[in-house]
Amino acid sequence: MAGTQYRGSEIKNVDQFIDDSAGLSSEREKEIGQHIGYRYDVNLVPDYKVITPFLSKYMEIMGWDDLNWLEDVHMGYEDGKPAVFDRNINGWVRVPDEIELPDNQQDRDMIARELLVKFQMSDRHPLVTLRKAYMKF
Amino acid sequence: MASISDSDLKEMTQDERVKALGMTSEQLTGRSMFMEFDADASDRFLYPWAPEVDFNKRIEIDSDQMTSTEVNEEIKKFMDQGYGTIVLKNPRGKHSIGVGILSKLNLIIEGSTGYFGVGLIDGPNVRITGRVGWSCGENMMSGTVLIEKNAGSTFGAAIRGGDLVCRGSVGSRTGIDMKGGTILVGGDTGALSGFMMQRGRMVVCGNAGKNLGDSMYDGTIYVGGEIKSLGVDAVPAELTDLDKNWLTRKLTQYGMVPTKGVNHFQKIVAGKMLWNYDNLEPSEKKLIL
Repeated sequence: MAGTQYRGSEIKNVDQFIDDSAGLSSEREKEIGQHIGYRYDVNLVPDYKVITPFLSKYMEIMGWDDLNWLEDVHMGYEDGKPAVFDRNINGWVRVPDEIELPDNQQDRDMIARELLVKFQMSDRHPLVTLRKAYMKF
Repeated sequence: MASISDSDLKEMTQDERVKALGMTSEQLTGRSMFMEFDADASDRFLYPWAPEVDFNKRIEIDSDQMTSTEVNEEIKKFMDQGYGTIVLKNPRGKHSIGVGILSKLNLIIEGSTGYFGVGLIDGPNVRITGRVGWSCGENMMSGTVLIEKNAGSTFGAAIRGGDLVCRGSVGSRTGIDMKGGTILVGGDTGALSGFMMQRGRMVVCGNAGKNLGDSMYDGTIYVGGEIKSLGVDAVPAELTDLDKNWLTRKLTQYGMVPTKGVNHFQKIVAGKMLWNYDNLEPSEKKLIL
């Protein structure tokens, strides 16, 4: 059976990828000059004790018993800035500086989920323009 | 861009529309879109183009004499009319039923579907009382799909999000290339399940076939029964309290908690030896393959 060694970076504290934007910790990362892996723990499951009212309302409207697809959404860090990966545009969307970050990842993830839903449902999402350009009338 | 009306756009060719909307001048450099959230964005819960549907408004469709395309157009038509609960009768194993639903909806399919059922969906809650063919829920983005009986191969292929649930057993290559979401299987799963899995969670209450999690990059597989064999780079991991809580909550949601609980589940994750292949590590490649 191959592979018992964890090759990605260990996440030591909640601000690790803000304090160290390069994130080159292992020998291999230094060798290739590139961070290996996600800048957050993709397998972290949500803590429903810290869910926001907006997200509770979203679940109710969609008829879901839990966060559904948002369970896979986390606050990540790109170039030392907090950001959320939007799968619909295949890119990172940055969290504005005026939003104060909580001191733990679970609360940050809830903020990330709320921001992402609002962004995806807004008229300024690139998918809206894309749809207008390519939709079949 | 906002000044161009839909009627103006309708008169244009696709190329003209793309240019008029400024989509050809965008500079795509690097990985980032350099976009920022609007901290004051309004509270909206549905896509701008999503129809307003009411779960309490219910209608039935008898699909006995209809083609798959006609069924899907009928579903769309009723959603545009505000129906939030649609019951589809006599599907008779038709292929590609219920695909591309991009909004909230309760869809109840009374019977069995063929291949590619409810693929490419983003939001609806679907219940299928019979069996499903290949690739059910392929590329699903969000929502819930509950299948009461068995499912074919490539169940939940490339799923991105949502809950895809089969109370019975499923074929091989379940969750191949899955990139998120949750797949729950009440019975057994076939060979090469979780092949090239990139993230998300798969739960198999019964047994798993050969090469489970082969070449998985990330994500988690939980198995309640026996595993025939693990694939390349799939390794056992410790089942934590967080895992047990999550398993209990998710399985309870669909009434699938085994009588002996979840403590006996095995957890499989990626060994991450297959990450970042490049020409700098040919010797490592040989060791792994």
